[in-house]
Amino acid sequence: MNTTDLYHDSRVVRSLVDQIHKASRGLPRSITIMEVCGTHTHAIARAGLRHLMPEEIRLISGPGCPVCVTPVSFLDRALVLGRRPSTRLATFGDLYRVPSSSLSLETAHAEGIQVDIVYSPRDCMKLARENPDELIIFLAVGFETTAPTIAALLVEADQSNLSNLMILPGNKIMPPPLRTLSEDPDLQVDGFLLPGHVSVVIGAAAYAFLPDEYEKFSAIVGFTPADILRGVLEIVKQVKDETPCVRNLYERVVSDGGNRNALALMDRVFHPCDAEWRGLGVIPGSGLTLREPFAHRNAERIDVDMPPAREPAGCRCGDILKGTLDPPGCPLFGKECHPDNPVGACMVSSEGSCSAWYRHEKRSL
Amino acid sequence: MCLAVPMKLIERADTEGVVELNGVQRTVSLMLLPDARVGNYLLIHAGYALSEIDETEARETLALLGELAACAEEA
Repeated sequence: MNTTDLYHDSRVVRSLVDQIHKASRGLPRSITIMEVCGTHTHAIARAGLRHLMPEEIRLISGPGCPVCVTPVSFLDRALVLGRRPSTRLATFGDLYRVPSSSLSLETAHAEGIQVDIVYSPRDCMKLARENPDELIIFLAVGFETTAPTIAALLVEADQSNLSNLMILPGNKIMPPPLRTLSEDPDLQVDGFLLPGHVSVVIGAAAYAFLPDEYEKFSAIVGFTPADILRGVLEIVKQVKDETPCVRNLYERVVSDGGNRNALALMDRVFHPCDAEWRGLGVIPGSGLTLREPFAHRNAERIDVDMPPAREPAGCRCGDILKGTLDPPGCPLFGKECHPDNPVGACMVSSEGSCSAWYRHEKRSL
Repeated sequence: MCLAVPMKLIERADTEGVVELNGVQRTVSLMLLPDARVGNYLLIHAGYALSEIDETEARETLALLGELAACAEEA
Protein backbone atom coordinates (compact mmCIF):
# COMPACT_ATOMS: atom_id res chain seq x y z
CA MET A 1 0.00 0.00 0.00
CA ASN A 2 1.22 3.48 -0.81
CA THR A 3 1.33 5.17 2.57
CA THR A 4 0.57 8.60 1.10
CA ASP A 5 -2.92 7.22 0.34
CA LEU A 6 -3.55 7.63 4.05
CA TYR A 7 -4.17 11.33 3.39
CA HIS A 8 -7.30 10.32 1.46
CA ASP A 9 -8.12 7.14 3.41
CA SER A 10 -11.81 6.98 4.33
CA ARG A 11 -10.93 5.41 7.71
CA VAL A 12 -8.69 8.39 8.55
CA VAL A 13 -11.39 10.82 7.44
CA ARG A 14 -14.04 8.98 9.46
CA SER A 15 -11.85 8.93 12.55
CA LEU A 16 -11.09 12.67 12.30
CA VAL A 17 -14.74 13.54 11.65
CA ASP A 18 -15.74 11.52 14.75
CA GLN A 19 -13.17 13.37 16.82
CA ILE A 20 -14.41 16.74 15.53
CA HIS A 21 -18.00 15.83 16.43
CA LYS A 22 -16.99 14.69 19.92
CA ALA A 23 -14.82 17.75 20.56
CA SER A 24 -17.54 20.11 19.33
CA ARG A 25 -20.05 18.88 21.93
CA GLY A 26 -18.26 20.86 24.61
CA LEU A 27 -18.02 24.08 22.62
CA PRO A 28 -19.44 27.11 24.42
CA ARG A 29 -20.95 28.39 21.13
CA SER A 30 -21.02 27.79 17.37
CA ILE A 31 -17.83 28.77 15.58
CA THR A 32 -16.96 30.00 12.09
CA ILE A 33 -13.73 28.90 10.45
CA MET A 34 -12.52 30.60 7.28
CA GLU A 35 -10.03 29.24 4.77
CA VAL A 36 -8.12 31.82 2.77
CA CYS A 37 -6.62 29.66 0.04
CA GLY A 38 -8.26 28.77 -3.26
CA THR A 39 -6.77 25.29 -3.22
CA HIS A 40 -8.40 24.71 0.19
CA THR A 41 -11.73 26.05 -1.17
CA HIS A 42 -11.56 23.53 -3.97
CA ALA A 43 -10.42 20.63 -1.73
CA ILE A 44 -13.18 21.25 0.87
CA ALA A 45 -15.91 21.36 -1.79
CA ARG A 46 -14.55 18.38 -3.71
CA ALA A 47 -14.38 16.14 -0.63
CA GLY A 48 -17.74 17.42 0.69
CA LEU A 49 -16.17 18.30 4.04
CA ARG A 50 -18.73 21.04 4.77
CA HIS A 51 -21.43 18.37 5.03
CA LEU A 52 -19.41 16.29 7.49
CA MET A 53 -19.22 19.08 10.05
CA PRO A 54 -21.35 19.13 13.21
CA GLU A 55 -23.88 21.95 13.36
CA GLU A 56 -21.63 23.91 15.73
CA ILE A 57 -19.00 24.41 13.00
CA ARG A 58 -19.42 26.57 9.92
CA LEU A 59 -16.74 26.51 7.22
CA ILE A 60 -16.57 29.58 4.99
CA SER A 61 -14.28 30.73 2.19
CA GLY A 62 -12.36 34.00 2.17
CA PRO A 63 -10.29 35.91 -0.39
CA GLY A 64 -7.93 33.02 -1.19
CA CYS A 65 -8.15 32.88 -4.97
CA PRO A 66 -5.63 35.36 -6.45
CA VAL A 67 -7.48 35.60 -9.75
CA CYS A 68 -10.79 36.28 -7.99
CA VAL A 69 -9.44 39.14 -5.89
CA THR A 70 -7.74 40.81 -8.86
CA PRO A 71 -9.74 43.98 -9.58
CA VAL A 72 -11.41 44.51 -12.95
CA SER A 73 -9.18 47.56 -13.52
CA PHE A 74 -6.08 45.29 -13.68
CA LEU A 75 -7.53 43.33 -16.60
CA ASP A 76 -8.78 46.52 -18.24
CA ARG A 77 -5.22 47.87 -18.20
CA ALA A 78 -3.85 44.55 -19.51
CA LEU A 79 -6.22 44.71 -22.49
CA VAL A 80 -5.39 48.35 -23.26
CA LEU A 81 -1.67 47.48 -23.17
CA GLY A 82 -2.28 44.38 -25.28
CA ARG A 83 -3.86 46.51 -28.03
CA ARG A 84 -0.65 48.50 -28.49
CA PRO A 85 1.39 47.51 -31.56
CA SER A 86 4.14 44.90 -31.24
CA THR A 87 2.92 43.81 -27.80
CA ARG A 88 2.35 40.27 -26.57
CA LEU A 89 0.66 39.50 -23.25
CA ALA A 90 1.77 36.46 -21.24
CA THR A 91 -0.48 35.08 -18.51
CA PHE A 92 -1.16 32.12 -16.26
CA GLY A 93 -4.11 30.15 -17.61
CA ASP A 94 -6.17 31.00 -14.51
CA LEU A 95 -6.61 34.60 -15.66
CA TYR A 96 -7.47 33.82 -19.28
CA ARG A 97 -11.28 33.65 -19.00
CA VAL A 98 -11.85 36.25 -16.28
CA PRO A 99 -14.13 39.05 -17.55
CA SER A 100 -12.80 42.63 -17.53
CA SER A 101 -15.11 45.66 -17.90
CA SER A 102 -15.54 44.54 -21.51
CA LEU A 103 -13.80 41.43 -22.83
CA SER A 104 -11.83 38.61 -21.23
CA LEU A 105 -8.29 37.84 -22.39
CA GLU A 106 -9.78 34.84 -24.18
CA THR A 107 -12.25 36.89 -26.23
CA ALA A 108 -9.69 39.65 -26.83
CA HIS A 109 -7.26 36.95 -28.05
CA ALA A 110 -9.91 35.76 -30.51
CA GLU A 111 -10.24 39.35 -31.71
CA GLY A 112 -6.54 39.61 -32.47
CA ILE A 113 -4.66 40.61 -29.33
CA GLN A 114 -1.59 38.40 -28.85
CA VAL A 115 -1.92 36.37 -25.64
CA ASP A 116 0.32 33.48 -24.59
CA ILE A 117 -0.59 31.19 -21.71
CA VAL A 118 2.50 30.20 -19.71
CA TYR A 119 2.98 27.51 -17.08
CA SER A 120 5.94 29.24 -15.47
CA PRO A 121 7.11 32.87 -15.39
CA ARG A 122 10.37 31.45 -16.81
CA ASP A 123 8.56 30.74 -20.07
CA CYS A 124 8.51 34.52 -20.60
CA MET A 125 12.29 34.47 -21.10
CA LYS A 126 11.81 32.12 -24.06
CA LEU A 127 8.97 34.26 -25.43
CA ALA A 128 11.14 37.39 -25.19
CA ARG A 129 14.05 35.69 -26.99
CA GLU A 130 11.86 34.24 -29.74
CA ASN A 131 10.08 37.54 -30.35
CA PRO A 132 12.85 40.17 -30.16
CA ASP A 133 10.77 42.80 -32.01
CA GLU A 134 7.86 42.57 -29.58
CA LEU A 135 7.37 43.70 -26.00
CA ILE A 136 6.34 40.81 -23.72
CA ILE A 137 4.16 41.90 -20.78
CA PHE A 138 3.62 39.24 -18.11
CA LEU A 139 0.44 39.70 -16.05
CA ALA A 140 1.87 39.20 -12.57
CA VAL A 141 -0.81 37.90 -10.21
CA GLY A 142 -0.57 35.52 -7.27
CA PHE A 143 0.23 35.52 -3.57
CA GLU A 144 3.55 34.89 -1.82
CA THR A 145 3.82 31.40 -3.34
CA THR A 146 4.08 32.93 -6.81
CA ALA A 147 5.66 36.36 -6.16
CA PRO A 148 9.22 34.98 -5.62
CA THR A 149 9.07 33.15 -8.96
CA ILE A 150 8.29 36.48 -10.66
CA ALA A 151 11.09 38.19 -8.72
CA ALA A 152 13.43 35.44 -9.95
CA LEU A 153 12.25 36.02 -13.54
CA LEU A 154 13.08 39.74 -13.39
CA VAL A 155 16.51 39.14 -11.87
CA GLU A 156 17.27 36.60 -14.61
CA ALA A 157 15.93 38.95 -17.30
CA ASP A 158 18.33 41.68 -16.10
CA GLN A 159 21.23 39.21 -15.98
CA SER A 160 20.45 38.17 -19.56
CA ASN A 161 19.98 41.79 -20.75
CA LEU A 162 16.52 40.99 -22.08
CA SER A 163 15.15 44.45 -22.75
CA ASN A 164 11.76 43.45 -24.21
CA LEU A 165 10.21 41.94 -21.07
CA MET A 166 8.01 43.79 -18.55
CA ILE A 167 5.38 42.81 -15.97
CA LEU A 168 2.07 44.36 -14.99
CA PRO A 169 2.39 44.22 -11.19
CA GLY A 170 -0.64 42.66 -9.48
CA ASN A 171 0.86 40.38 -6.83
CA LYS A 172 -0.62 40.48 -3.34
CA ILE A 173 0.37 39.33 0.14
CA MET A 174 -1.84 37.58 2.70
CA PRO A 175 -1.16 39.05 6.18
CA PRO A 176 -2.78 42.49 5.50
CA PRO A 177 -6.18 41.05 4.41
CA LEU A 178 -6.10 38.68 7.41
CA ARG A 179 -5.90 41.83 9.56
CA THR A 180 -8.74 43.44 7.61
CA LEU A 181 -10.93 40.35 8.04
CA SER A 182 -10.07 40.09 11.74
CA GLU A 183 -11.05 43.72 12.28
CA ASP A 184 -14.33 43.54 10.33
CA PRO A 185 -17.25 43.84 12.80
CA ASP A 186 -19.70 42.30 10.27
CA LEU A 187 -17.64 39.17 9.89
CA GLN A 188 -17.49 37.01 13.00
CA VAL A 189 -14.63 34.68 12.12
CA ASP A 190 -13.27 32.68 15.05
CA GLY A 191 -10.47 30.84 13.33
CA PHE A 192 -8.48 30.59 10.13
CA LEU A 193 -7.23 27.59 8.16
CA LEU A 194 -4.01 29.18 6.91
CA PRO A 195 -2.69 28.66 3.38
CA GLY A 196 -0.12 25.87 3.11
CA HIS A 197 1.97 27.02 0.19
CA VAL A 198 1.93 30.74 1.00
CA SER A 199 3.27 29.60 4.38
CA VAL A 200 6.10 27.64 2.72
CA VAL A 201 7.44 31.04 1.64
CA ILE A 202 6.52 33.38 4.53
CA GLY A 203 6.80 30.87 7.42
CA ALA A 204 4.52 30.18 10.38
CA ALA A 205 5.91 33.09 12.41
CA ALA A 206 4.42 35.58 9.94
CA TYR A 207 0.95 34.97 11.42
CA ALA A 208 1.86 35.61 15.07
CA PHE A 209 -0.33 38.73 15.02
CA LEU A 210 -3.48 36.62 14.66
CA PRO A 211 -3.41 35.19 18.21
CA ASP A 212 -1.36 38.04 19.72
CA GLU A 213 -3.39 41.02 18.47
CA TYR A 214 -6.77 39.53 17.52
CA GLU A 215 -7.09 36.39 19.67
CA LYS A 216 -7.82 34.34 16.55
CA PHE A 217 -7.44 30.56 16.49
CA SER A 218 -5.53 29.14 13.54
CA ALA A 219 -3.73 26.23 11.92
CA ILE A 220 -1.52 25.96 8.84
CA VAL A 221 -2.67 22.95 6.86
CA GLY A 222 -1.94 21.00 3.69
CA PHE A 223 -4.46 20.13 0.99
CA THR A 224 -5.72 16.58 1.51
CA PRO A 225 -8.99 15.88 3.35
CA ALA A 226 -6.98 14.52 6.31
CA ASP A 227 -4.82 17.68 6.45
CA ILE A 228 -7.86 19.97 6.44
CA LEU A 229 -9.80 17.96 9.03
CA ARG A 230 -6.78 17.93 11.35
CA GLY A 231 -6.80 21.72 11.08
CA VAL A 232 -10.49 21.96 11.98
CA LEU A 233 -9.98 19.64 14.97
CA GLU A 234 -6.99 21.71 16.12
CA ILE A 235 -9.01 24.95 15.95
CA VAL A 236 -11.90 23.38 17.92
CA LYS A 237 -9.42 22.34 20.60
CA GLN A 238 -7.91 25.84 20.73
CA VAL A 239 -11.39 27.36 21.13
CA LYS A 240 -12.28 24.96 23.95
CA ASP A 241 -8.99 25.53 25.76
CA GLU A 242 -9.17 29.30 25.06
CA THR A 243 -5.60 29.15 23.74
CA PRO A 244 -5.41 31.01 20.43
CA CYS A 245 -2.21 30.19 18.56
CA VAL A 246 -0.77 29.44 15.11
CA ARG A 247 -0.39 25.66 14.95
CA ASN A 248 1.72 24.41 12.05
CA LEU A 249 0.23 21.10 10.88
CA TYR A 250 2.06 21.20 7.54
CA GLU A 251 5.50 20.72 9.07
CA ARG A 252 6.68 18.56 6.21
CA VAL A 253 7.15 21.67 4.06
CA VAL A 254 6.46 24.74 6.25
CA SER A 255 9.11 26.05 8.65
CA ASP A 256 8.84 28.82 11.20
CA GLY A 257 10.91 31.30 9.19
CA GLY A 258 9.81 30.31 5.68
CA ASN A 259 12.04 30.20 2.61
CA ARG A 260 14.66 32.87 3.33
CA ASN A 261 16.06 32.84 -0.22
CA ALA A 262 12.61 33.44 -1.67
CA LEU A 263 11.85 36.20 0.85
CA ALA A 264 15.19 37.91 0.14
CA LEU A 265 14.60 37.80 -3.60
CA MET A 266 11.07 39.18 -3.18
CA ASP A 267 12.43 42.00 -1.03
CA ARG A 268 15.14 42.80 -3.58
CA VAL A 269 12.64 43.19 -6.43
CA PHE A 270 9.37 44.30 -4.80
CA HIS A 271 8.20 46.65 -2.11
CA PRO A 272 4.74 46.67 -0.53
CA CYS A 273 2.14 49.11 -1.82
CA ASP A 274 -1.55 49.76 -1.22
CA ALA A 275 -3.64 47.47 -3.39
CA GLU A 276 -7.27 47.00 -4.32
CA TRP A 277 -8.90 43.63 -3.56
CA ARG A 278 -12.20 42.79 -5.14
CA GLY A 279 -14.68 42.66 -2.26
CA LEU A 280 -12.35 44.09 0.36
CA GLY A 281 -11.44 47.44 -1.24
CA VAL A 282 -8.02 49.03 -0.91
CA ILE A 283 -5.89 47.38 1.79
CA PRO A 284 -2.76 49.30 2.88
CA GLY A 285 0.52 47.51 2.17
CA SER A 286 -1.15 44.45 0.65
CA GLY A 287 0.25 44.68 -2.89
CA LEU A 288 3.71 44.36 -4.39
CA THR A 289 5.18 46.83 -6.83
CA LEU A 290 8.67 47.07 -8.31
CA ARG A 291 11.58 48.73 -6.58
CA GLU A 292 13.39 51.48 -8.49
CA PRO A 293 16.20 49.25 -9.95
CA PHE A 294 13.48 47.17 -11.61
CA ALA A 295 11.14 50.06 -12.50
CA HIS A 296 12.13 49.80 -16.18
CA ARG A 297 10.17 46.51 -16.19
CA ASN A 298 6.97 48.04 -14.81
CA ALA A 299 4.29 48.13 -17.55
CA GLU A 300 2.14 50.35 -15.31
CA ARG A 301 4.49 53.16 -16.31
CA ILE A 302 3.41 52.94 -19.95
CA ASP A 303 1.09 55.91 -20.41
CA VAL A 304 -2.31 54.73 -21.67
CA ASP A 305 -5.88 56.05 -21.54
CA MET A 306 -7.91 53.90 -19.18
CA PRO A 307 -11.68 53.53 -19.42
CA PRO A 308 -13.55 53.60 -16.09
CA ALA A 309 -13.77 50.10 -14.57
CA ARG A 310 -17.20 48.42 -14.44
CA GLU A 311 -18.00 45.41 -12.26
CA PRO A 312 -20.49 42.99 -13.89
CA ALA A 313 -24.08 44.01 -13.01
CA GLY A 314 -25.69 41.94 -10.27
CA CYS A 315 -22.49 40.01 -9.50
CA ARG A 316 -21.92 39.44 -5.75
CA CYS A 317 -18.31 38.20 -6.00
CA GLY A 318 -17.29 40.96 -3.60
CA ASP A 319 -19.52 39.70 -0.75
CA ILE A 320 -18.58 36.08 -1.47
CA LEU A 321 -14.85 36.88 -1.28
CA LYS A 322 -15.40 38.62 2.03
CA GLY A 323 -17.20 35.57 3.42
CA THR A 324 -20.45 37.42 4.12
CA LEU A 325 -22.39 35.54 1.43
CA ASP A 326 -22.32 31.90 0.30
CA PRO A 327 -22.38 31.48 -3.52
CA PRO A 328 -26.04 30.29 -3.69
CA GLY A 329 -26.99 33.65 -2.14
CA CYS A 330 -26.00 35.46 -5.35
CA PRO A 331 -29.00 35.98 -7.68
CA LEU A 332 -26.86 35.09 -10.73
CA PHE A 333 -25.47 31.81 -9.29
CA GLY A 334 -26.33 28.82 -11.46
CA LYS A 335 -28.58 30.96 -13.67
CA GLU A 336 -26.83 33.59 -15.82
CA CYS A 337 -23.54 32.69 -14.15
CA HIS A 338 -22.13 29.17 -14.47
CA PRO A 339 -18.71 27.70 -15.41
CA ASP A 340 -19.45 27.74 -19.16
CA ASN A 341 -20.55 31.36 -19.02
CA PRO A 342 -18.93 32.96 -15.97
CA VAL A 343 -20.15 36.46 -15.10
CA GLY A 344 -17.83 36.96 -12.13
CA ALA A 345 -14.27 35.86 -11.42
CA CYS A 346 -15.31 33.46 -8.63
CA MET A 347 -17.04 31.27 -11.23
CA VAL A 348 -14.05 31.24 -13.61
CA SER A 349 -11.19 29.74 -11.68
CA SER A 350 -11.64 26.19 -10.39
CA GLU A 351 -10.42 27.64 -7.09
CA GLY A 352 -13.14 30.27 -6.98
CA SER A 353 -15.85 29.70 -4.36
CA CYS A 354 -18.70 29.85 -6.90
CA SER A 355 -17.05 27.39 -9.27
CA ALA A 356 -16.26 24.99 -6.40
CA TRP A 357 -19.87 25.17 -5.10
CA TYR A 358 -21.33 24.77 -8.57
CA ARG A 359 -19.19 21.78 -9.50
CA HIS A 360 -19.22 19.89 -6.21
CA GLU A 361 -22.01 21.10 -3.92
CA LYS A 362 -24.82 22.14 -6.23
CA ARG A 363 -26.61 18.81 -5.85
CA SER A 364 -27.02 19.44 -2.15
CA LEU A 365 -28.67 22.88 -2.57
CA MET B 1 -3.24 28.96 -8.06
CA CYS B 2 -0.85 28.26 -5.22
CA LEU B 3 -0.87 24.61 -6.17
CA ALA B 4 2.52 22.94 -5.75
CA VAL B 5 3.55 19.37 -6.54
CA PRO B 6 6.17 17.20 -4.82
CA MET B 7 8.75 15.87 -7.31
CA LYS B 8 12.09 14.11 -6.81
CA LEU B 9 15.30 15.93 -7.76
CA ILE B 10 17.29 13.51 -9.93
CA GLU B 11 20.07 15.78 -11.18
CA ARG B 12 21.18 19.37 -10.88
CA ALA B 13 23.59 21.80 -12.50
CA ASP B 14 24.10 25.32 -11.18
CA THR B 15 20.67 26.94 -10.71
CA GLU B 16 18.66 24.34 -12.64
CA GLY B 17 17.58 20.82 -11.78
CA VAL B 18 15.67 17.93 -13.30
CA VAL B 19 12.76 16.65 -11.21
CA GLU B 20 10.69 13.53 -11.75
CA LEU B 21 7.33 12.15 -10.69
CA ASN B 22 5.78 8.95 -12.06
CA GLY B 23 8.19 8.96 -14.99
CA VAL B 24 7.44 12.57 -15.96
CA GLN B 25 10.54 14.77 -15.96
CA ARG B 26 10.72 18.56 -15.86
CA THR B 27 13.51 21.10 -15.72
CA VAL B 28 12.98 23.55 -12.87
CA SER B 29 14.80 26.55 -11.47
CA LEU B 30 16.60 26.12 -8.15
CA MET B 31 17.07 29.89 -7.72
CA LEU B 32 14.69 29.91 -4.72
CA LEU B 33 16.17 26.72 -3.22
CA PRO B 34 19.91 26.79 -4.02
CA ASP B 35 20.79 24.07 -1.47
CA ALA B 36 18.39 21.44 -2.87
CA ARG B 37 19.95 17.96 -2.70
CA VAL B 38 19.70 15.28 -5.40
CA GLY B 39 17.53 12.37 -4.24
CA ASN B 40 15.22 14.52 -2.13
CA TYR B 41 11.61 15.43 -2.86
CA LEU B 42 11.01 19.11 -3.62
CA LEU B 43 7.81 21.12 -3.72
CA ILE B 44 7.52 22.55 -7.25
CA HIS B 45 5.39 25.61 -8.08
CA ALA B 46 5.27 27.27 -11.52
CA GLY B 47 8.63 25.89 -12.60
CA TYR B 48 10.50 26.74 -9.39
CA ALA B 49 11.46 24.58 -6.40
CA LEU B 50 10.07 26.21 -3.24
CA SER B 51 10.86 23.79 -0.44
CA GLU B 52 12.48 20.46 0.37
CA ILE B 53 10.07 17.97 1.90
CA ASP B 54 11.16 17.07 5.41
CA GLU B 55 11.17 13.28 5.39
CA THR B 56 11.10 12.91 9.19
CA GLU B 57 8.08 15.20 9.52
CA ALA B 58 6.35 13.49 6.59
CA ARG B 59 6.89 10.06 8.21
CA GLU B 60 5.56 11.29 11.56
CA THR B 61 2.40 12.63 9.93
CA LEU B 62 1.91 9.36 8.04
CA ALA B 63 2.39 7.38 11.27
CA LEU B 64 -0.27 9.55 12.93
CA LEU B 65 -2.68 8.98 10.04
CA GLY B 66 -1.95 5.23 10.21
CA GLU B 67 -3.00 5.28 13.89
CA LEU B 68 -6.21 7.11 12.99
CA ALA B 69 -6.99 4.51 10.31
CA ALA B 70 -6.39 1.71 12.82
CA CYS B 71 -8.66 3.46 15.38
CA ALA B 72 -11.47 3.68 12.82
CA GLU B 73 -11.16 -0.05 12.09
CA GLU B 74 -11.43 -0.90 15.77
CA ALA B 75 -14.44 1.35 16.26
